[in-house]
Amino acid sequence: MQDAEKERQRRQRMRSVAIAWVLAALVVLFFIVTIVRLGGNVANRPL
Amino acid sequence: MADVAYSSGAGTVEAAAGGDVADYVALMKPRVMSLVVFTALVGLVAAPGSMHPVLAIASLICIAAGAGASGALNMWYDADIDARMARTAARPVPRGRVTPEEARSFGAVLALGSVLCLGLMANWLAAALLALTIAFYVVVYTMWLKRTTPQNIVIGGAAGAVPPMIGWAAATGSISLAPFILFLIIFIWTPPHFWALALLRTKDYARAGVPMLPVVAGPDATRLQILIYSLILAPLGMAPAIIGLGGTLYMGAAAVLGSLFVVMALECYRVREGEAADRAAKNLFAYSVLYLFLLFAVLLVEQGFGIDGSTLPSLWAV
Repeated sequence: MQDAEKERQRRQRMRSVAIAWVLAALVVLFFIVTIVRLGGNVANRPL
Repeated sequence: MADVAYSSGAGTVEAAAGGDVADYVALMKPRVMSLVVFTALVGLVAAPGSMHPVLAIASLICIAAGAGASGALNMWYDADIDARMARTAARPVPRGRVTPEEARSFGAVLALGSVLCLGLMANWLAAALLALTIAFYVVVYTMWLKRTTPQNIVIGGAAGAVPPMIGWAAATGSISLAPFILFLIIFIWTPPHFWALALLRTKDYARAGVPMLPVVAGPDATRLQILIYSLILAPLGMAPAIIGLGGTLYMGAAAVLGSLFVVMALECYRVREGEAADRAAKNLFAYSVLYLFLLFAVLLVEQGFGIDGSTLPSLWAV
């Protein structure tokens, strides 16, 4: 039974790590897409 | 993630432990997904004008996620059928690795996320097409046609044929004759592709109660239908060259590949008994995958790399 609980925890951890990676990748993707869609002028804003 | 087991026996322990990451990847039907992404890429590249590479990649990721959503929702609804078929019995839901509810939630989140992201990153026409495709595949094909009519994969095949149109729409924000021709090619390709497989799995489908054509009309009628569709597919495969989407290289490739398709369908029609019949169906099934891949790959090479600039006289401007 203890092995089953260990296995459950292992899979839970793997799923959590995978979700974290996917979320991080989405953040990066949304950032890059935003920059691309805004175009080069985003860097020329008056300070 | 639910820890509640939904099945008995070995599956109970598996479901209690929950699925592995690999199980969730399997839920998305990665092999189907790869063909969807590839045909969408061809639609995207073949479209006039240019799309920023980052937006193109982002769009393809969304389309892949949409295809994955369709796969997961299909596995949720079809778990009972999958459990009764040798080919699908090892899928995560019938194996008890993922509960049907988890598969449904996973698919629903993917579907919503992919459509929203495609709308935001590309345009809402492409997103609407993706949403329609997922809905058509899940509701019209999976929930309705698959269990009721031998024409299930004929009509349901429309869902698998849309990706080039989504890719085209993502790049241009519009739809024209050219992507519709690409849609038609996959649409007409689907029945002989699946029926060749169904010929090999007739008992499986009969046991699962799925009214595939060989189960309902018999193998001979199926072989005739395969041949008829192949005879339509071969000239249709050349249509992109006629409308100016493909060049001479594409025309030549489509002619050769299409002729081979007809030859293999003829062989499947002619040889009806014993191991040779199974081999003919198996060969046709394997070749059908190669046919679609090569046809679209040639188009991709021509359009993406400008290998063949000398297009045939166009009947319509694309």
